Amino acid sequence: MDNIITLNNIMFRYLEEEERPALNGISLSIERGEWVAIIGPNGSGKSTLAKTINGLIEPDTGEVTVSGLLLNEENIWDIRAKVGMVFQNPDNQFVGSTVEDDVAFGLENQGIPREEMQRRIRYALDKVQMTDFADREPARLSGGQKQRVAIAGIVALQPEIIILDEATSMLDPKGRNEVLSTVKDVKKRENLSVLSITHDIDEAAAANRVLVIQEGKVVREGTPEEIFSYGEQLIEMGLDLPFPERLKASLKKEGLDVPNEYLTEEGMVDFLWTLHSEM
Amino acid sequence: MMEKLIFGRYIPGDSFVHRLDPRTKLLGAISFIVIIFLANNWLTYGVLALFTLLAIYLSGIDRNFFVNGVRPLIWLILFTVVLQVLFTGGETVYVDWGPLVISKEGLINGVYIFVRFILIIFMSTLLTLTTMPLSLTDAIEFLLRPFAAMKMPVHEIALMLSIALRFVPTLMDETEKIMNAQRARGIDFGQGNVFEQMKSIVPLLIPLFVSSFNRAEELATAMEARGYKGGEGRSRYRQLLWTQKDTLVMVSFGLLAVMLYILKA
Repeated sequence: MDNIITLNNIMFRYLEEEERPALNGISLSIERGEWVAIIGPNGSGKSTLAKTINGLIEPDTGEVTVSGLLLNEENIWDIRAKVGMVFQNPDNQFVGSTVEDDVAFGLENQGIPREEMQRRIRYALDKVQMTDFADREPARLSGGQKQRVAIAGIVALQPEIIILDEATSMLDPKGRNEVLSTVKDVKKRENLSVLSITHDIDEAAAANRVLVIQEGKVVREGTPEEIFSYGEQLIEMGLDLPFPERLKASLKKEGLDVPNEYLTEEGMVDFLWTLHSEM
Repeated sequence: MMEKLIFGRYIPGDSFVHRLDPRTKLLGAISFIVIIFLANNWLTYGVLALFTLLAIYLSGIDRNFFVNGVRPLIWLILFTVVLQVLFTGGETVYVDWGPLVISKEGLINGVYIFVRFILIIFMSTLLTLTTMPLSLTDAIEFLLRPFAAMKMPVHEIALMLSIALRFVPTLMDETEKIMNAQRARGIDFGQGNVFEQMKSIVPLLIPLFVSSFNRAEELATAMEARGYKGGEGRSRYRQLLWTQKDTLVMVSFGLLAVMLYILKA
């Protein structure tokens, strides 16, 4: 098994006198090429977890290993080069004065020569379909477009892992779909690992594996189907109910006998038409 | 209100002046301000005015922009000119009111000062109208570079300048939003006497400051996550290109200085 991220018994408190640690002995591992979604209610430690992975937060105890490197003072910058992060607010992570300057920012930090930069910026903007906006200022872009630029900035860096820290939470449904399909696309072509922290049901459904975090601990783990079959309990986990689940709940109320396991939309359609079929 | 402000605005274009290196334009504008103090007679002012008009013509920008650039400053200029006229003594006195005199020399001096102001404003307006703020920061960074040897944090200053410029429109939008939100809760902006007006600014300023702190923290985190560790070992995406045209323009400024030195009385 090729684990790209391994967290081993991480403890972290923001303030020493705080009673309940933000991360309470969390251990998890993510395989190369895997898409893992992390869900959980507000204050469960999801964002803190994301920040420990690239050393923005130093855990009190425990160790973090990224792509075979143990996170410490020496190789923190090597690890940051392997981990690309997209944050929540599209405005507050836009560093450059124009789209291409922003994509260039990370490359400049790594001291990449200018010709190589130009090539990579063109490639990355093409990947997120923002080539026509290269010389635009951030004030003239929509939220979804700004997040796509943030993704381009990371694609240009050619990382091994993308972390989405509630990257779609401030976008409208259209922007959210745009960003999600961009990430899916990029992931497939570059064979990246994706760790997405989210409250969005579609984003969780795109994952290979879902981890539920509560009070700084992993409390449940499974495929999206397994997690979604928890039904009403999903709301306590910080997720919305998937549409078929909501439909099932309404049908149950009407006295219909519905299956307990999770059904996708197609599964639900199949169930409904076989229900009335006499064959 | 903000749209009317000409000073500091950029007008996209593709003229001779637009295509010049920002360093040329910045150095040119600065040296022009120094050169203008050499002028002290009709001939020298005439040469300067011609030079300025030629520069404006080469930029291909509508003259109205320049006139509008002067407009907000016109009272300040007239005030200075009037003071100059009233307090300059001379041989040919037209009116004499004790300490206040209107003399021929005073009047001429007043006109000189008026022309000087107008020419400086025209030139600096020309600089900002034809140069993107971003290129101006690049030029400033380049020109400050020699001071790095004197421990001046040139990279940090340039980074702060460009981040500040990038956040100007974002913060303007936010100011507007907070103002409207506070208006919806019944705060009157720009009403009442000075103290009441100052008091009504507080519910605008404090949220703006707090949100700027939050922005700064998030931006710093995002920058660090993208591998920013200071100015050392960075490469640069933007490059300034010095061409023959730039040399030509700098030479013409030099010639202008020499000419004025010869022609001045």
